[in-house]
Amino acid sequence: MKIFIPQDMASVAVGADRVAVAVEMEARARNIPVTIVRNGSRGLFWLEPLVEVATASGRIGYGPVNADDVASLFEQRFFDGGPHPKCIGPVEQIPFLAKQTRFTFARAGVIDPLSLDDYRRHGGYQGLEAALSIGPTAIVAAVKDSGLRGRGGAGFPTGIKWETVARTPSARKYIVCNADEGDSGTFADRLIMEADPFMLIEGMTIAGIAVGATKGYVYVRSEYPFAIRVMEQAIDTARRAGMLGNAISGSTHAFDIEVRVGAGAYVCGEETSLLESLEGKRGQVRAKPPLPAIKGLFGQPTVINNTISLASVPFILAEGAQRYAEIGYGRSRGTMPVQLAGNVKHGGLFECAFGVTLGELINDIGGGTASGRPVRAVQAGGPLGAYFPPALFDTPYDYEAFAKRDGLIGHGGLVVFDDTADMAKLARFAMEFCAHESCGKCTPCRIGATRGVEVFDKMIAGIDRDKNLALVRDLCETMKFGSLCALGGFTPYPVLSALNHFPEDFAAPPLPLAAE
Amino acid sequence: MVTTNLAWNVEAAHAIIDRYRDQEGPMLPLLHALQHEFGYVPREAEPVIAAALNLTRAEVHGVISFYHDFRREPAGRHILKLCRAEACQSMGSEANARHLLDMLGLDWGETTRDGRLTVEPVFCLGLCATAPSALLDGEPIGRTDAAILETLAREAA
Repeated sequence: MKIFIPQDMASVAVGADRVAVAVEMEARARNIPVTIVRNGSRGLFWLEPLVEVATASGRIGYGPVNADDVASLFEQRFFDGGPHPKCIGPVEQIPFLAKQTRFTFARAGVIDPLSLDDYRRHGGYQGLEAALSIGPTAIVAAVKDSGLRGRGGAGFPTGIKWETVARTPSARKYIVCNADEGDSGTFADRLIMEADPFMLIEGMTIAGIAVGATKGYVYVRSEYPFAIRVMEQAIDTARRAGMLGNAISGSTHAFDIEVRVGAGAYVCGEETSLLESLEGKRGQVRAKPPLPAIKGLFGQPTVINNTISLASVPFILAEGAQRYAEIGYGRSRGTMPVQLAGNVKHGGLFECAFGVTLGELINDIGGGTASGRPVRAVQAGGPLGAYFPPALFDTPYDYEAFAKRDGLIGHGGLVVFDDTADMAKLARFAMEFCAHESCGKCTPCRIGATRGVEVFDKMIAGIDRDKNLALVRDLCETMKFGSLCALGGFTPYPVLSALNHFPEDFAAPPLPLAAE
Repeated sequence: MVTTNLAWNVEAAHAIIDRYRDQEGPMLPLLHALQHEFGYVPREAEPVIAAALNLTRAEVHGVISFYHDFRREPAGRHILKLCRAEACQSMGSEANARHLLDMLGLDWGETTRDGRLTVEPVFCLGLCATAPSALLDGEPIGRTDAAILETLAREAA
């Protein structure tokens, strides 16, 4: 009998390895033959460690399981789907999962991440097969037609990037996967790499064929040791199976991938800074133009895409651009893996078509706060994203709709705060983070962020409050329009949204009562 | 798990550099490997790397000092990284961290006087739905609180 126990970093962080050891020992003691599959998480993190068993009526889940629960699970014959207080029934029927449209994350948590056979059995490499049969020009057309936009946050059409690289003649071109997922509240890239790494390999391979690149790099942040390990193993497996190397799947196309590890610099998630880092330099932002598509890594034409963007490609090729494009909202086509994080009851990954409202995501899907207190604010799109108050929960999840409300969807993270949140502190933190992570190349970011922290400190201490408030707004203006990249340019989003939507946190404290 | 590091020696450094020097963009892989071996990137390594990669020492120093990961001094026997990013803040990480640092008499990035434990900040481990998060000697720990951090710190011997 097959028992699934996740091995992704988040599940291990809450005890999945201890559960796996306990299941193995208990099974041996009771002389019950079990096969433990270490899958990736399905992304329902409040249920992790989520133990699943394959039964005749589908996979039955138990969670969150502690090592202490294992003896009683065996007692109740959980391996046959038996009843237990931790039993949550058929996993696919959990509303959080049943309500999703899993295009990109269809296999996450279902398969053994490192089994190429498992990958193929669940639709893997069908996209590559289609890509090889239609050829480079049609691949680029399919990606354009799908409406896929950069999932790193900028939302630039992926197909246009590919077309530019395809049309730029060069003997050497690169595919670079941006897996420097530094935004707090996001873990979709991590889950792709830890739960379904061959999908990313397949997406990058298709990109390579489309633009004529033969070398790919996955730039993974060092904070993701599990993802690094899984990707390296998967690349090795793909290479040995002839799915990477000189003749991809027996074709005339050559493509290979290497994992490169970042070194704790948030700014390296910015594409030009990432390229500098890959070249072995300080991760300083480059001025554009030239675009990376024309002069990218080592001066060569380079496709640099976010992990989710590249991982979305196999589905588009396998199922057709139309199937992807037909769902969505406005100019945001297809699905987005929304990541519910922070102080939220049902935290996890929720892949759905664009257009769902922020309120539905936070309250209906996420179930409100984990603390049970009222939601005060939601930071959408990472540390450079705006804080939304519940009054704006009718905003549809869409690049343009968020921009219209002075926010951004970024990489899909939503961090929930309850009513104990101090918005002045959070606004100050945005400046502090920018100062900590600034690459130093442009003045508005390098100096502005440090000055921003100082001004907030004065304001919080009650010194010249109104004057300093005006100064912060002025500073934000300078950073927004004067910075070279999104780090300095977008830091004003969390700062100004906190000021605009939560002015009470910046007001002078009530005067102390006069002493008797 | 206690990490044991080699003391700085130029032969070992050369061996590591030789392993990477012919790669495209060898600098970061090489620096990671040096830190893995020695526990930090010693200043003595800078001219050795510069010579091998045909760069100036200033350029090498510039790269090492740019990235938060590269340590310029040996760390404690155990390294506890605590996430300070927003998702963890929303679950009370800052107060937990303050409690621990005060208990140990440390500030961020410092090592206990007995050389046992270094506490470092980290900005996001991607464990944002099981916050607050920590990493002890590379092992992830989710759903932490002040008591759990205290236990981790005491048990890291």
